[in-house]
Amino acid sequence: MSRNYATWPLVLVLTAMSAPLIVMYLFLLIDSFSNAPAGSFIPDEFTLEHWRFLIDSGVVGNIWFATLNTAIFSFSIVIAVVSLSATGGYALSRLNLPYRRFFLAGILVMHAFPAVTLIIGVFFVLQLSGLYDTLSGVIMVKAGMILPLGIWIMKGFYDAVPWEIEMAGVQDGASRFTVWRRLILPQVYPGLVALGVFAGIEGWNEFVLPRILVPTSDFQVLSVFLQEVSNPDSTTFNFNLFKSVGLFYTLPIMTLFIIFQNKLMNIFGGGTKG
Amino acid sequence: MRIILKDFTKSFGTTTVIDRMNLEIADGEMLALLGPSGCGKSTTLLAISGIHRVNGGQILFGDRDVSDLPSQKRNVGVVFQSYALYPHMTAYENIAFPLQVRKMPSDEIDRQVREIAELTHIGPYLERRPGQLSGGQQQRVALARALVRRPDVLLLDEPLANLDAKLRLEMRSEIRRIQKETGITAILVTHDQVEAMSMSDRIAIMDQGQILQIGEPEEMYHRPANRFVAEFLGNPPIVFLEGRTSGDGAFESAAGVRIPLPSHVDGLPSDRPIALGIRPEHFGNQGRHKIRGTVRFVEPQGRETHFDLQVADGEILRSVQAARHDVTLGSEVEWPLDLDNTLVFDERGNAL
Repeated sequence: MSRNYATWPLVLVLTAMSAPLIVMYLFLLIDSFSNAPAGSFIPDEFTLEHWRFLIDSGVVGNIWFATLNTAIFSFSIVIAVVSLSATGGYALSRLNLPYRRFFLAGILVMHAFPAVTLIIGVFFVLQLSGLYDTLSGVIMVKAGMILPLGIWIMKGFYDAVPWEIEMAGVQDGASRFTVWRRLILPQVYPGLVALGVFAGIEGWNEFVLPRILVPTSDFQVLSVFLQEVSNPDSTTFNFNLFKSVGLFYTLPIMTLFIIFQNKLMNIFGGGTKG
Repeated sequence: MRIILKDFTKSFGTTTVIDRMNLEIADGEMLALLGPSGCGKSTTLLAISGIHRVNGGQILFGDRDVSDLPSQKRNVGVVFQSYALYPHMTAYENIAFPLQVRKMPSDEIDRQVREIAELTHIGPYLERRPGQLSGGQQQRVALARALVRRPDVLLLDEPLANLDAKLRLEMRSEIRRIQKETGITAILVTHDQVEAMSMSDRIAIMDQGQILQIGEPEEMYHRPANRFVAEFLGNPPIVFLEGRTSGDGAFESAAGVRIPLPSHVDGLPSDRPIALGIRPEHFGNQGRHKIRGTVRFVEPQGRETHFDLQVADGEILRSVQAARHDVTLGSEVEWPLDLDNTLVFDERGNAL
């Protein structure tokens, strides 16, 4: 393919702009496997000692327990967000609900609302309902905060499915539910996958909500765990250990993103292409 | 199966789209609902299919009143304009879907799908998805899916609108062949008069929610009930001359062209406002009465040539003749008019 402009200036500018990020990630990787002499950036020794926390819970505590908690936390959010968005989006797109406009407007407002400002109200609700300091409580809160976006995105995907397919299904003798499950759902499948990955990443990265709503260590998730590793009051603060735990924490997200990057772009394409 | 609409009424909100329509479709007949867009033909179709609920009157399949039954219980096959094939399923799965929904055993499904695929000539393409099929093949799959569970009535909503000209000709005769072979009662909705005339046993012409005339295509073409029907059928369309009757059983146009009235119209009082309808094939070929005029437009079409002839100020007659090259723009000619085939309409547009 020939272009009517040279690509190298573009590549140069983009490289220059992303250089700080690339360098940071590179050093994250290098530092976690090496030691550098005091006062230097250049490492002089290869070591696996910063990764000892994986097998020795004496270093920073049991990271696998925190990982399991994070996995349960993210996975539950994915299930809740995907199933509620798949059904809620369909209802808003297709069914003649009472107060449909109110719900649509409400969802947009909720989406635009900074979630952190709700935290005190959420705290009281959880406190009253006895869900404070439980994993299920914080799962509901986090899922609820992703839902407006999820429902809105799924509504967009459903809107793109022609009405006639639904009419044909009904005409073929299928109930509305069968039509939804067997004919409509497969067409919005890319949207569901993208939304699921998105919700999973959001859950994995969440720090504020678990920190505030699940303060005891019984349900500690990785982000909170990482914060405690970096405790600035500690006298034995170990930068390389912190970087290793941080890298361990980001790995699943990077993997997910590499696998699903094309599907994720679907969300931002407006859901017009199924 | 015989389909009857009795005082069928449909409104959306406060607008009544169809008001007390009556229609009877005989068993095994193909009826075309023909009309301009917005005339209510698709609304009628969707009401018969059960997707629209009726606001008044009855829809009968045979002796069974289906007015209040949902689509799933009506046993109606529909071919949509966009075909509405399920994109994630193969052609085979598309056709099998209505049978699977009925929980039929899979060997029976297989037998019936292959039987209908043979009828619609899509046997070789059964394993392809809709995206891998041509427009004509998609159309056949849609037909097969509509027919596979032996519906009481087959509804075709503008089935040829999305095909190119050559495929349209092919599918026109194919749909008619399949309809005749299965002996199914069918309703065709179209805005294309050629489709309606060539495919159906009878045509019902609709405008603004009313059936204006219903009859066999030939009869309707030659004896239209009113100006709307006369104008809608025929291409190039009929030409109307506005004028009045003169005392001696003749017509005199506003610009003074005198034409004797056809023999089937007599006893009209003089000075009554009427309109004369002249189809292009009845002017310029044969007839007793001659009209002079100037050729204002020539359009060669290969096999035939279309002319516009100015016969008086602001009055133009159209003529279709076998291809000829001896007449050029601006020539003065005198062409015969076939008086017996001219149509006469009163001031309200009804045929006399």
